[in-house]
Amino acid sequence: MKDSLVLLGRVSAHPDSRCWFLAWNPAGTLLASCGGDRRVRIWGTEGDSWICKSVLSEGHQRTVRKVAWSPCGNYLASASFDATTCIWKKNQDDFECVTTLEGHENEVKSVAWAPSGNLLATCSRDKSVWVWEVDEEDEYECVSVLNSHTQDVKHVVWHPSQELLASASYDDTVKLYREEEDDWVCCATLEGHESTVWSLAFDPSGQRLASCSDDRTVRIWRQYLPGNEQGVACSGSDPSWKCICTLSGFHSRTIYDVAWCQLTGALATACGDDAIRVFEEDPGSDPQQPTFSLTAHLRQAHSQDVNCVAWNPKEPGLLASCSDDGEVAFWKYKRPESL
Amino acid sequence: MERVFGLLSWTLSRVLWLSGLSERGAARQPRIMEEKALEVYDLIRTIRDPEKPNTLEELEVVTESCVEVQEINEEDYLVIIRFTPTVPHCSLATLIGLCLRVKLQRCLPFKHKLEIYISEGTHSTEEDINKQINDKERVAAAMENPNLREIVEQCVLEPD
Repeated sequence: MKDSLVLLGRVSAHPDSRCWFLAWNPAGTLLASCGGDRRVRIWGTEGDSWICKSVLSEGHQRTVRKVAWSPCGNYLASASFDATTCIWKKNQDDFECVTTLEGHENEVKSVAWAPSGNLLATCSRDKSVWVWEVDEEDEYECVSVLNSHTQDVKHVVWHPSQELLASASYDDTVKLYREEEDDWVCCATLEGHESTVWSLAFDPSGQRLASCSDDRTVRIWRQYLPGNEQGVACSGSDPSWKCICTLSGFHSRTIYDVAWCQLTGALATACGDDAIRVFEEDPGSDPQQPTFSLTAHLRQAHSQDVNCVAWNPKEPGLLASCSDDGEVAFWKYKRPESL
Repeated sequence: MERVFGLLSWTLSRVLWLSGLSERGAARQPRIMEEKALEVYDLIRTIRDPEKPNTLEELEVVTESCVEVQEINEEDYLVIIRFTPTVPHCSLATLIGLCLRVKLQRCLPFKHKLEIYISEGTHSTEEDINKQINDKERVAAAMENPNLREIVEQCVLEPD
């Protein structure tokens, strides 16, 4: 397990502030970071080092909590505690704020683009999840306001290939939504976590969803279609989601983020105990009851809470992380040979 | 239980030390933790109540024994504070929690993780408040609200 995560570089991304979240562009060449200093920074390589290519400072009045790239890589969305979401258009190294999405009553906690690029989702402490439609003229229209959660909604993420949306909340649940006759409906509620669910990640196939929580566990949920061989009950034509694995006993504080590498299937976590951990599914483990092994554990990856982990979408094993200490770190993960 | 063991090992080591063995190791632990706890207490006792002209110490919202410090690893500590709101329905409990968090985040000189709880049975919505004041995202957002921030700044202002 030793040496399975090697530090490649470290930058002070949001000095004297928190760095809350990271997002790689689809080409894997740029990393966006955001933080308590109300700024978004864009990072790229020059030789062997990571340098700041742009600073997006005019968009928000308060903390920028999350950022998300559009699937085409030409737009960046930023969600802020100032209750707005900005859409930035990329021209070479410059970013211009082309639209500000308003409507949430208070802090916007997360933003995510659907795989088609035609839909955007946002969520807020106001307990709602909004689905926005994007047209060719860069106009955004809210098509649905979903009020299924009873508390603060912390995170939204789309299925990697379908128009299926998932949200995580302070009400300890995960909810899934799909379109039905021009409106969006909640089609599943995943119950099991014992405290706030902070983040979510789909596996490369989209059949499984990982959730991480303040209860210090990661749960893996699997989709079962109606009429499945395993006999998992479904209501009507909607698939059912069942928890098939719980990773407990590994983390000593809140788990703020989970990332499922779309290239290798490795699962990384960001924890409030300053550590980064990587898990891999055991070869030959039962798909209905998979087991995972801890393959990397870097105890003091950062000097404070780790808030986010992000796998590069093109380079296998390249992992970025960020922390309350304001830093962004880059790591090379190598699967231990004993596996 | 941990406290009992801590005391036991402390006593044991004292005895061993008196009988001529070294004072190293476990014997130093409880004393260092007590010193750290006092350091924390010294910072929070002067915080002013958001509503009354008194400090949290004067109102017995915090006492010396409400601070517990544990070692996470070398030079890294877990600080646990259990405070007692003045009345069971005190709507300002969240605000007091916020003040404790902000003051320690700014002034505590050693590396630490902080957990703040309302002491058991003192508040009607205890669990809700505990969850809220230990959610760092909610705390960060609250501190960006100008009105809340102003109140907190007044409360944590160093006494003359």
